[in-house]
Amino acid sequence: MKTNRPNRLARYWRATLLAAALAGGALAGSAALAATTASTADHAKFKELQQSFASGPEVTKACLICHTEAAQQVHQTKHWSWEFLNPATDQTLGKKNVINNFCISVPSNYPFCTSCHVGYGWKDASFDFTAEENVDCLVCHDTTGSYRKLPGLAGHPPYQDTEIPPGSGKFAKAVDLTKVAQKVGRTSRDTCGACHFFGGGGDGVKHGDMDSSLAAPDRELDVHMDATGLDFTCGTCHRTSSHDVPGSRYTPVARDTEGAHIPGREDDSLPATCPACHGQAPHRGGGHAAKLNDHTDVVACQTCHIPQIARGGVATKMSWDWSTAGQMGPDGKPMLKKDEAGRVIYDSKKGDFVLGENVVPEYRWFNGEVTYTLLGDTVDNREGVTRINRLGGSATDGKSLIWPMKVFVGVQPYDPVNRTLVTPHTAGNDDTAYWKNFGWERAIKTGMQVSGAAFSGQVDFVRTEMSWPITHMVAPKENAVRCGECHMQGGRLEAIGGVYIPGRDANPLIDLFGWLMAGGALLGALVHGGLRIVRRNG
Amino acid sequence: MERIYIFKRFERFWHWSQALLIILMMVTGFEIHGTYTLLGYGDASELHTSAAWALIALWVFAIFWHFTTGEWRQYVPTTENLVAMLRYYLSGIFTHAPHPFRQTQLRKHNPLQRLAYLGVKLLINPLIWLSGLAYLYYNEINAAGFGLDLGGVALVHTVGAFLMLAFLVVHVYVITTGHTWSSHLKAMITGWEEIEDPQAGVKS
Repeated sequence: MKTNRPNRLARYWRATLLAAALAGGALAGSAALAATTASTADHAKFKELQQSFASGPEVTKACLICHTEAAQQVHQTKHWSWEFLNPATDQTLGKKNVINNFCISVPSNYPFCTSCHVGYGWKDASFDFTAEENVDCLVCHDTTGSYRKLPGLAGHPPYQDTEIPPGSGKFAKAVDLTKVAQKVGRTSRDTCGACHFFGGGGDGVKHGDMDSSLAAPDRELDVHMDATGLDFTCGTCHRTSSHDVPGSRYTPVARDTEGAHIPGREDDSLPATCPACHGQAPHRGGGHAAKLNDHTDVVACQTCHIPQIARGGVATKMSWDWSTAGQMGPDGKPMLKKDEAGRVIYDSKKGDFVLGENVVPEYRWFNGEVTYTLLGDTVDNREGVTRINRLGGSATDGKSLIWPMKVFVGVQPYDPVNRTLVTPHTAGNDDTAYWKNFGWERAIKTGMQVSGAAFSGQVDFVRTEMSWPITHMVAPKENAVRCGECHMQGGRLEAIGGVYIPGRDANPLIDLFGWLMAGGALLGALVHGGLRIVRRNG
Repeated sequence: MERIYIFKRFERFWHWSQALLIILMMVTGFEIHGTYTLLGYGDASELHTSAAWALIALWVFAIFWHFTTGEWRQYVPTTENLVAMLRYYLSGIFTHAPHPFRQTQLRKHNPLQRLAYLGVKLLINPLIWLSGLAYLYYNEINAAGFGLDLGGVALVHTVGAFLMLAFLVVHVYVITTGHTWSSHLKAMITGWEEIEDPQAGVKS
């Protein structure tokens, strides 16, 4: 593990400057906060917004009168295209294309999945990606908390009071577009969280380090987002320019070797990494702090500073078994089973779940390279486990750090003849959607047709695994992982190879000889001394 | 019985603070090594490092003292009486034979002691120090272009620790072989050693 770092003195001065800057910032305290939250414009005074809007696209047209470039900027992003070409692997990724082991895939389920699209009307492949008015400004810029997009409406909010789900007797109120439009503002934990907290079909399901508890977290849960403290929004770290949000899980920066980015000194960029603010020597002080800093070439900040995931009281899914879906209740109708805490652990539509709170992550070498198992790639349930995503990384490539991961296990349908993953049509009111009809063959046939992939008609299930690098829910330093939790046998990093971890590793031969030698010396002394005592008395 | 002033004040201070530090470093060191859990890895490691620096400082003074006072000559190895000493430890000590070595201020240590302490000073200490400093500054050393392997450094350090442990065990036992079981210990505390009457053939 060779390091290539600026010398300690330079880092020391840089840290000192940063500390001074931060101290200065802290003195400016409330004034600075006020400056970032107050806007120079009151959108309620704009006559363009003083009208009643019949639909989201009408609001967008009004926004674009002033924000002339905004829609085109959004059009360039993954938030819009749900497509991403990974230059490192040449894989075409993005929500539109990848398969996961949660709700599996998007294409035949557009009207439901696209309730989390930053657009209006994406109900099938014919969606017009060039239409500027199809961009949904409000979903990210709402400050009222009343704007909501519903599954099944293809990204539209309810324009009338809408029963959701149909037949449930529960109604979502129609959104007051005028009110929402007149109160637009910066993005917030709530707006980002409206989708990102609920990935995988529910609160906290997917990520483990993102759920609704981050809407207003305390210091224990997230030291940066602490609503009564630093009060970071998502955008504080994912500092966005031209609507292009940095920080990608398709091509994450696993090891940022640069120092802290100080505006005006280096450049204006702020990658969504810890070192972007904290630099490469984040622990201040001598001795112990210096030893902690010595870890930064091997261990990601997250590994020590996110001791557990799902710490905010919201459980995350740890596994999902689709193969048990379709069992009906005694009344012959779809059913839910709940655990003692009232959380759903079986759903006829989806199968069995295992939930977890305060989950200790798993740890892997990770260099930021992620390769996906895509539709058409060969899989087989005789091979133990199929990795939905494979992480690059090793102790020796110079680009990896040890990262915490949520490793999510799924059992999901696949085509045992063609040996490919499949894209079932799950959501919909038609006669093939799995969640309505509970027939895998029909659901998968429809889904694979929409995906344009071959399907043999046979369905079996395959065990899959997906790794989610953990980076949110950063605990205060006093709650960081203790040294001894890794520096021990059977500790957190037990499975990590390629690195000598004091306390975990030892040469058994040296230990054996050492103890024999010391023990032999002790035995010799005891025998010798015993003889002397015996002889003295004799 | 005769008493002679063998260990000067600084020497005794050096010996006992060194003993304390070495035992502290053994206790914390073997915890760091994963042998047991006592203080917790982080505290053990911090204490181990602090004690190391204290010991290094102590040693700087001790080395200075040895050379300015000429006491370093006490460790020059000799073969004179070596075999006799060995024979004494192996048999004479059980038959109350006279001690073959007579301590003086210029020759405090018997020939076996000389060899043992010289071994500690020239072999075990440098082994532990160099590997320990490499352990501590491992990142900096490698950043400077060396290709140190932490496992190798730790291995050398562990070997040194085991040698020191074995030395400590033997040392603690052998101090009981003076004129009485505790006369060596008393000497290291008070400075004054009780020695046998040179005329007496057999211990009373």
